[in-house]
Amino acid sequence: MNFDDTPQEAAFRAEAKAWIAANAPKQYEDELKKAALGRIQLKSANILEVAKAWQKKKADAGWAVPHWPKDYGGRGASPIERVIWQQEEGVFGKLGALFIIGHGMCGPTMMAYAAEEHKRQYLPPLASGEKIWCQLFSEPAGGSDVAGLRTRAEKDGDDWVINGQKIWTSGAHYSDYGILITRTDPTVPKHKGLTMFFLDMKSPGVEVKPIKQANGQAEFNEVYFTDVRIPDAQRLGAVGDGWNVSLTTLMNERMAIGANVATGFPELFEFCNSLMLDDGPAIDDPAVRSRLANWAVRASGLRYTSFRAISALSRGERPGPENSIGKLVAGAMLQDIATYALDLQGAAGVLNGPEDAEVAGKFQAMLLRSPATRVEGGTDEILRNIIAERVLGLPGDIRVDKDVPFNKIPTKGR
Amino acid sequence: MNFDFSDDQKQLRDEARRFLTEKCPPKAVRAVIDGKAPYDRELWKGLADMGFLGVAIPEAFGGSGAGHLELCVIAEEMGRALAPVPFSSTVYLAAEALLLAGSDAQKQKWLPAIAQGNAVGTLALFEGSGNPSPKAIKLTAANGVLNGTKKPVADGAIADFAIVAARTGSTGRDTDIALYLVDLTSEGVEAKALTSIDPSRNQAEISFKNVKAELLGAANEGWSILSQVLDRAAVLIGFEQVGGSDRALEMGRDYALDRIAFGRQIGSFQAVKHMLADMYVSATLARSNCYYGAWALSTNASELPEAAAAARISATQAFQHCSKNNIQVHGGMGFTWEFDCHLYYRRSNAVAVGLGSLSYWEDQLIERMRQKNAA
Repeated sequence: MNFDDTPQEAAFRAEAKAWIAANAPKQYEDELKKAALGRIQLKSANILEVAKAWQKKKADAGWAVPHWPKDYGGRGASPIERVIWQQEEGVFGKLGALFIIGHGMCGPTMMAYAAEEHKRQYLPPLASGEKIWCQLFSEPAGGSDVAGLRTRAEKDGDDWVINGQKIWTSGAHYSDYGILITRTDPTVPKHKGLTMFFLDMKSPGVEVKPIKQANGQAEFNEVYFTDVRIPDAQRLGAVGDGWNVSLTTLMNERMAIGANVATGFPELFEFCNSLMLDDGPAIDDPAVRSRLANWAVRASGLRYTSFRAISALSRGERPGPENSIGKLVAGAMLQDIATYALDLQGAAGVLNGPEDAEVAGKFQAMLLRSPATRVEGGTDEILRNIIAERVLGLPGDIRVDKDVPFNKIPTKGR
Repeated sequence: MNFDFSDDQKQLRDEARRFLTEKCPPKAVRAVIDGKAPYDRELWKGLADMGFLGVAIPEAFGGSGAGHLELCVIAEEMGRALAPVPFSSTVYLAAEALLLAGSDAQKQKWLPAIAQGNAVGTLALFEGSGNPSPKAIKLTAANGVLNGTKKPVADGAIADFAIVAARTGSTGRDTDIALYLVDLTSEGVEAKALTSIDPSRNQAEISFKNVKAELLGAANEGWSILSQVLDRAAVLIGFEQVGGSDRALEMGRDYALDRIAFGRQIGSFQAVKHMLADMYVSATLARSNCYYGAWALSTNASELPEAAAAARISATQAFQHCSKNNIQVHGGMGFTWEFDCHLYYRRSNAVAVGLGSLSYWEDQLIERMRQKNAA
């Protein structure tokens, strides 16, 4: 049991570290460190431009998406080297938030299903950040039940004609391309009538509308499709096989480990160190200590769980299912920690102006953003189902819509 | 990074599991609970023959000198099997204290005997309600003579010797506390077995009346040695708790797969699935925290105090959570004497307080983190 790199890992780390030290946009380091949960903004510059510039610089030196094949814009790095890169990129990795969907989900799906000429055409600019991609899966009628989606694709000559609506699409407003799952046959059971495409987001008939969120920000969009034409050559996988294609997309995301998942604990610990209560620093209060300790062991438990997964990668194995607990634990922590940080502030906890609030309103922002963390990318309940079924081997839910043609499934509760 | 046990250590774990599955089935645990014997002597000898008692004791003192990572994997299996033997008192507390602070003669006298299964040792620290604290120690030592009473002492009525925490002064400092090594057959020692929520393990009150004893370590370093012993034991007991958590989770999972209600496996109901998923989360966090503790223990890292407290809290929570909800998954059957659920429930709650309670370790963890942060 040790934390040492193998000689190859150490060499890769040294190379990455040296390049980052010489090239990273250090002028934004402090601001990135302090960035709150949710959409990152910079005071002194446009985040989109800074992020794109950093990604392009990495691409020119071969660091854009290290684990991708060289032909598609990567450097063929191993899974453990990918993790080492993330560790070394550190806070500058936050600039990659704009590209996570493209690099983590769209790219791998293209690699698995697109024609070779399309891969060579579309993947390098996706890797370098010159083109941003989004993923068009969720719909008003299909969130956790994503296979319940209703956006229609109908064949017309060599094209498909798309009509319908997607929702919760991250970054659709600045995306150049997207992968889109549609229903091509509503007369068969729901998982069987789906087909995947990729499309140009500038296609006529695509309309993007930002969603004003409960916390006042707008990170996501609704995307409307009105008679949008997609050439059949942009189909990913067979007609009717869209569900399996989407599983490839989602599975790839499970491999994306090593990135530190935010829990809010380091921020709370620091806050309790500095906050003065009537009887002294908050951290000396036994009640505060008890709460802190409970979150401390969850945060360290997640950290060391990721170390175990990294060790599996280092041995050339796939990480085990223990990796699935991260967002479930971290999401609830963020919300509970934010609530507690306000509680410690008493009546002033209500204030969130950067001048008036403690820590410039960071915990107030965390409180208002955290409900989304427990929903996005798999709700707490879906994650518990995944753990129960795939890790513990418990039976799947009894599905009343499994063998029913999609167009015979009820659409209203009452 | 290789944040995992080695193949050899995993093999040792498998070996320990095979041995305990055969020699320590629930029936053996129940024999001790039913009062047929104060502990399972045959199992104890078997553990000695397997070399498990001396795995972290150097060869010079009769052990195999394999190391503490090896002891961690054995501890996990001991917890999983609820082994009704004085393993934690003897191996994690008494032997660790001897290794840390014992003189050569003290080590030569007791460590080989421990490794061979011929001596049971324990730590006599508590004096009634309360957590580890120098202030709580009233038993006095004057000129090497002890007077006072310790309660509860884990395995106190079956131990051959004890490490006793005693007061040598009243300055109010930690240096008032010294550790003494006491042969429990000495004149003036009286041990009385006490009943507890977990009868698979012995608990006792030991009174000392003018008992002659020898110092263990320097007289003014008793509390400092004790703190280190508690940290080391916290990691090792953490592995027992991890083993117990996993077994309780498996029992719940298996029952949810076997039991039919409303025409379907109860494990297909989300209320049950989510309860089991949450148990898995607790057990996984505990295991990962304990792995870090194992690393710190085996390398004598400066991170040990913080790592040990985190392992202790996380493992205590996980075992309590898993054993409690294992009963819930079983429903009424889980509350019968016949089903084994209560054995895990009892053990989880006994070990939760045996080394100082959760609230004590929570305070310790944050104090240690605060000090590191300030440094």
